[in-house]
Amino acid sequence: MAEFNKDGLGNILFVAVAVCLVCSVFVSAANVSLKPQQQRNKELDQKENILRAAGLLEAGKSVGNDGRGVDELFADFTVKAVDLDTGRYLTDFDTKGYDGVRMAKDPAHSRDLAEEEDTATIGRRENVSLVYVMEGEHGLEKLVLPVRGYGLWGTLYGYLAIDGDLETVSGLGFYDQKETPGLGGEVDNPKWKAKWPGVKLFDASGNPVVRLVKSPSPEGSPGKVHEVDALSGASFTSRGVQNLVNFWTGELGFGPFIANLKSAS
Amino acid sequence: MVTAKEAVFKPVFENNPIAFQVLGICSALAVSISMSTTLVMCVAVIFVTTLSNFAVSLIRNRIPTNIRIIVQMVVIASLVIVVDQVLKAYAYDISKQLSVFVGLIITNCIVMGRAEAFAMANPPLISALDGFGTALGYSCMLIAVALIREPLGSGTLLGYTVLPKVADGGWYVPNGMLLLSPSAFFIIAMLIWALRSWKKAQVEPAQYQIAANIQYKGAM
Repeated sequence: MAEFNKDGLGNILFVAVAVCLVCSVFVSAANVSLKPQQQRNKELDQKENILRAAGLLEAGKSVGNDGRGVDELFADFTVKAVDLDTGRYLTDFDTKGYDGVRMAKDPAHSRDLAEEEDTATIGRRENVSLVYVMEGEHGLEKLVLPVRGYGLWGTLYGYLAIDGDLETVSGLGFYDQKETPGLGGEVDNPKWKAKWPGVKLFDASGNPVVRLVKSPSPEGSPGKVHEVDALSGASFTSRGVQNLVNFWTGELGFGPFIANLKSAS
Repeated sequence: MVTAKEAVFKPVFENNPIAFQVLGICSALAVSISMSTTLVMCVAVIFVTTLSNFAVSLIRNRIPTNIRIIVQMVVIASLVIVVDQVLKAYAYDISKQLSVFVGLIITNCIVMGRAEAFAMANPPLISALDGFGTALGYSCMLIAVALIREPLGSGTLLGYTVLPKVADGGWYVPNGMLLLSPSAFFIIAMLIWALRSWKKAQVEPAQYQIAANIQYKGAM
């Protein structure tokens, strides 16, 4: 290599290609070999979020009150796919790895929401969503629905858990949000989340009527059961949460599905 | 020629990347909020800097001058992606807390600075030691900052309570400012001050002299 010129065109191309090839082999090897473990973590994380929303797992803990782990607790739930338009279960549907949020971006598997329909500001809604059903001796015990909607800075992603009567909220929790820390970010505060269980979702004619209010109605007034204390200093986030709960329990969300479950029981 | 001992220990106090060169501040602000994220970040940076220096030095005689920065970036970026993937697989919670900051090691000036300034001109082994030492200096500084921020900001250290908070029935009222990134600026500045009072050689000569205060009348 007496005539070796490292700034020659040949060497530039050779080094560029060789470095890229070697590096891509390393990166792909790491990606492929670690994928199963990462997938497991993601699933575990999702299960934890679902259990937290349903009130079966306390914040910051990885075992339930009865000492069972996440996987065991989650085994009480059945994952089912629901066609949001008809509100019926899809029987031959592969729920494993299905991601409704991602499907909402695909025009073939989602519907565009008109501006007046889109109260939660999500743009598109997937046709099929997963639901998590816990059935006990007396039929349905808990129903966990994935929900999302726009707050102030970005979309809040979470789970809404409903009791077996299909009327009462059993919990609401967000696993991803970009609200202002200390103000809208308080949607993650356990003290605020504790205000949700017991709230009634629907009025007498079955319309979703949850309201986040600044001043609660007097005790005993008819609207009281639909009210949750709004977050102080976070009007937009509070409105976003109110809209997303009502959207996903409404006609375009899980409304038909909940109605079907009610008439079946 | 730099000796191995110098390469490893000089960046810790004498030529600290954060305190003396004032590089890599952005990630230092972001991750030093708690000790656990800090330690993971330190290990990640040590891994990346050591191996990138080693790899760049191995091929330094073949790297064409025109594309040397790109080649260094490709090597560094690949190592960072590997670290990110490993964290996602084995330290999921911490990788969620660190979020983009692991990826941002790619743009950390320290890593590229060492590849360009040292590894391009020195043999592989000493380059690897230099990368290790520089990252060690970065780590020491980060750990020092986290050691102040986590206990005073949230009353804990590595998740264990050291100062019982009022909210949990203790006596300590946490200082909320220390949970915000700008607080690391103050802490780093004070650490630099302390370090330069101890090692006077690091004090840079003033670039200009502040003029004496002129009274209004005198200026007329």
